[in-house]
Amino acid sequence: MGRTYPPTGAYVVGREKVREFATAIGDANPAYHDVAAAQALGYSDVVAPPTFAFVIAYAGSSQAAMDPELGLDYSRVVHGEQRFSYSRPIVAGDALVATATIEAIRAVAGNDILTTRVDLATEAGEHVVTTTTVIVARGTAEESA
Amino acid sequence: MSVVVGTALPPQTFRVSRFDLVRYAGASGDFNLIHWNERFARSVGLPDVIAHGMFTMAEAARVVTDWLGDPGRLEEYAVRFTRPVPVADDDAGSIIEVSGEVTELLEGGRAKVMLTATHEGQKVLGNAWAIVRLP
Repeated sequence: MGRTYPPTGAYVVGREKVREFATAIGDANPAYHDVAAAQALGYSDVVAPPTFAFVIAYAGSSQAAMDPELGLDYSRVVHGEQRFSYSRPIVAGDALVATATIEAIRAVAGNDILTTRVDLATEAGEHVVTTTTVIVARGTAEESA
Repeated sequence: MSVVVGTALPPQTFRVSRFDLVRYAGASGDFNLIHWNERFARSVGLPDVIAHGMFTMAEAARVVTDWLGDPGRLEEYAVRFTRPVPVADDDAGSIIEVSGEVTELLEGGRAKVMLTATHEGQKVLGNAWAIVRLP
């Protein structure tokens, strides 16, 4: 509980990656595609859609989730809840460091429920977004409630 | 923007096909088999391939960000994934309907929005909400 994993190397947010992700969710918002449109809103480059933070956090939370000491069965995992808290949107050009922390792990009705927080910050330490992920590993808890 | 408790956000309908799931897998890096391999999905008890929860969450966010214009006005966004969206191997795809309503005005020109996302009349997201800075 409260275990924090070493920060990852910086993830550099590419303009074309932002566009690719926005296209994949079918979102034509000009702020995601057009540098001039994003700059008109006051950003330095194209803005990443809100849930793009999960793509970066995914590696960080996987690191925590794959911790053998947690003993979870990842063949039976489902994504239960997801939350994002933004200080500002991610923009192309950001170099973001992910720090993962195990917030909670509990057994409910035979399922293991794991809550992982990933803080994404710039290399200078500016907080950008915190993602909180709840995953449920079905039928894996040793003590069934 | 004149916003009161009860203000409805323009609802949207999203279609998700196998093509969309493959493209989302590539863009997001989430290649979990249950999102594209029907044989595997059925072997673990699912009715069919299911959409990534994060795909549904991304679509639902569009109701908020399209309403706001500037996506940077989103401060918080949270959902529970309550029911999967099966995606059959057909041309029609699966339909996700999303609506939103302002449920609370907060200090600092902010508001809380509750979202409803359904597939075939059943909720696929639970307790889906956002905190936004109003324009």
